[in-house]
Amino acid sequence: MVWCPSGHFKTHRLQPSEWPDKRATKTVPQSFARERAALAVPAFGCLRFAMFSRAFSVLFTAALLTFTGCGKKDASATFPTPAGTAAAPRPQILRLGNGAEPKGIDPQDISGVTEGKIVMALFEGLLTPDPHDLHPLPGVAEAWEISPDGLTYTFHLRANAKWADGEPVTAQDFVESYRRMLSPKFASEYAYLLYNFVVGAKDYYDGRLADFSKVGFAAPDARTLRVTLLNSTPYLLNIIACHQAWDVVPLKVIERFGPPDSKNGAWTKPGNIVGNGPFILKEWLPKQKITVVRNPLYWDAANVKLDAIEFHAIDDATAEEQAFRTGRLDATDTMPLSKIDTYRRDHADTFRIEPYLGIYFYRCNVTKPPLTDKRVRRALALAIDRESIVKNITKGEQLPAYAVSYPGTAGYTPIARLSGDLAEAKRLLAEAGYPEGKGCPPIELLYNTSEAHKAIAEAIQQMWREKLGVEVRLTNQEWAAYQDTQHTHNYQMMRAGWIADYEDPHVFLEIWSSDNGNNDTLWVNADYDRLLQSALAAKTQDERYGIYQKMDAILVDECPVIPIYYYTHVHAISPKVKGWFPTRLDLHPYKYVWLEP
Amino acid sequence: MFRYLARRLLLQAVPVLFVIITLTFFLQRFAPGGPFTREKALPPEIQRNLDAYYHLDDPLWRQYRDYLWDLCPKTFHPLALRNGFDLKAAFGIDLRPSFKYANRTVNEIIAAELPVSLTLGSLALLVALGFGLGAGALAALKHNTWTDRGVSALALTGLCVATFVSGPLLALVFAVHFHWFNASGWYETRDAVLPVLVLGIAYAAPIARLTRGGMIEVLGQDFIRTARAKGASESRVVFRHALRGGLLSVVAWLGPAAAGILTGSFVVETIFQIPGLGRDFVISVTNRDYTLVLGTVVVYGTFIVVCNFLADVLQAWMNPKLTLE
Repeated sequence: MVWCPSGHFKTHRLQPSEWPDKRATKTVPQSFARERAALAVPAFGCLRFAMFSRAFSVLFTAALLTFTGCGKKDASATFPTPAGTAAAPRPQILRLGNGAEPKGIDPQDISGVTEGKIVMALFEGLLTPDPHDLHPLPGVAEAWEISPDGLTYTFHLRANAKWADGEPVTAQDFVESYRRMLSPKFASEYAYLLYNFVVGAKDYYDGRLADFSKVGFAAPDARTLRVTLLNSTPYLLNIIACHQAWDVVPLKVIERFGPPDSKNGAWTKPGNIVGNGPFILKEWLPKQKITVVRNPLYWDAANVKLDAIEFHAIDDATAEEQAFRTGRLDATDTMPLSKIDTYRRDHADTFRIEPYLGIYFYRCNVTKPPLTDKRVRRALALAIDRESIVKNITKGEQLPAYAVSYPGTAGYTPIARLSGDLAEAKRLLAEAGYPEGKGCPPIELLYNTSEAHKAIAEAIQQMWREKLGVEVRLTNQEWAAYQDTQHTHNYQMMRAGWIADYEDPHVFLEIWSSDNGNNDTLWVNADYDRLLQSALAAKTQDERYGIYQKMDAILVDECPVIPIYYYTHVHAISPKVKGWFPTRLDLHPYKYVWLEP
Repeated sequence: MFRYLARRLLLQAVPVLFVIITLTFFLQRFAPGGPFTREKALPPEIQRNLDAYYHLDDPLWRQYRDYLWDLCPKTFHPLALRNGFDLKAAFGIDLRPSFKYANRTVNEIIAAELPVSLTLGSLALLVALGFGLGAGALAALKHNTWTDRGVSALALTGLCVATFVSGPLLALVFAVHFHWFNASGWYETRDAVLPVLVLGIAYAAPIARLTRGGMIEVLGQDFIRTARAKGASESRVVFRHALRGGLLSVVAWLGPAAAGILTGSFVVETIFQIPGLGRDFVISVTNRDYTLVLGTVVVYGTFIVVCNFLADVLQAWMNPKLTLE
């Protein structure tokens, strides 16, 4: 892609009178004259043909114009007119690039980040995240207390929490919502964020328990919700604040469109949907944009500063960047790799790099030689020059990863680090029986088809070949096939990523237990499993974090996964957008956001 | 004519569509992964419940039978198409809910997106025919002159420069640099200009080449010389005698090409972020959105069949040596 020199951010648009019509009318006679000169010698009929073709082109242009004109008149779906594009003082409308077309906006049915960002504007759970660091703040619940054993949470709902149709949000609404979330028939993908913690929820979900009143959700009165947990789960409040799985949904509205446990999404269409968040859904133009406007009945409506938010569905990074550059977006979701250097150099005021709680790593299938030997895995992990990858390939100030847990997650930083120089790596490899890589079977490295993953894989292939003499063969598969290969363990080594759903070191460590469906390395370590269980039962945070340190140390020693770098979120945002702070989950509670005039 | 139409429909169109649908139905099931394959593995119990909800746990033959039954036209009210392209109201065709877009059915997706692709495609087709036929005929008439060579070179360039190059380039120049148009989107009438040009020019190039070739061949024929010998004017020679025969290959090519351009282009719709059906052809496959894949294939297959039929009729009308029987 060619980059235009700077200065094209100017907002000056040619007025219709400045459009090059005049130039067009000027050039036509000129070319006509030239044509006539050329046609003077050949047969006269040719001239008539040329004239005809001109008449044809005029007619054709007229037809074209009429056609588009008609399109505008009769098919509003084809060319809808955008609302509020003119107006002199900039209205408080935040226009966000939001990735691909959202798959739905039922808070209990969605699983993607794109959808979550829209749902966050429309619904609110018991707690809301703080705009700076996402710590739990009061939401529908104005206060809460935790029993001394940490197993019972009591939430006191505020009296002025209302649905957008004016009905009060009650504790019973929450219980009914969680019943839907856990309904086996509804099959919510995030049901485990409830049933991993709440008494009886797993049994209800599996159909072993038919009576929902035995599940640990109770509403003693309309404004009190009691949740009983299996273990004291210190990070549960973070989940409730940040994840839509714990949101409340309007059962009365849902039932108007079908049984509550059906996946029929008709209730989420504009005009049908009733939320309780700071914004309400006004318009949904599929593959174009979703517009939400301020909800006057929201309990904290006085503090909501934006009038509306537009979530633009733009799934092409280049198109998104151009939309931002031409002033049609206030913030982008991504940034094309090729543009990072230019933005960093010339548009530092709009270029933003935010930490993002996730890790990019290579997963080893520990049943496939030579990766069965932890010395080989460690040698490979030590021989990667992470600084070079981050500096030359990913370019977004990603943090080189020498351990699995993200440093500073909810105050936890792993002490154990992959440390050791090249000599150490060579020694380990020799100990494993492959001095200088001799006799080491080639490793097949799988990544999902993408230029970025390919570039990283090639760099690492080169490093391992040069430093260790280990040969790597690269293969790539399309996304769905690649995921299938992962879950069926039909690979030797593969690229992977893990993004946290909530901020706690637990997210990075729980997946490596032997019974976790996301482990997929076939790595089994009894000590590790035991530590994870004891962490869940730990009484204090210090004790729990102490256990996590041991787990991180095991991971660094055994290397079932080879950490490469911690993600960052690289994007562009207008300096006029205020109240938008870097948060590690890329969540930005919209009620604190406003636009500088 | 009527017998030809009936035979064509019953003996060719229906079996062809049936084979296409059957192949698509089974082939996509053999691809690894499914609509609920995620990077984060679903607990097996959730996967099981999802499969049960979408009837993915039924035997494949039963799923196939049920889908075919839903697909069969059961009513005939083509006028109902006027209010929003609803295939269910018009023909009783139910393409099922999308696996991926929870609150939309495939019928709704097609109803919303096909008109966009049709608008873009038909305008682009007009541009392509305008440029292609004009330039091709001009080159043929001025065979072996600089005009001819210029047109041929341009057409070859048009063939070689892919839309994913010309699209961003035009957007960069006319949208980002001059601010004449929006770089992407489909909100205002002028948003159609750049995509129509990109798509139209891409199709104009082969049309120009086919027109030129066909015209040169026809212009060398005896009956053209006869017409000229009789003193027919050049325009009469061109429009009455040469064009009809010279365009036969263009018309044959246009059958499938028109179906392709009208049902949407993945590349152009992605570059300009147009809410058309073209993107769904590709994205639905990578999403493993089984019902949407089938829905787009049904639409595209139908267009191919219809456009080929129209091309055949047109060819029979243009070429006295052909009859429809």
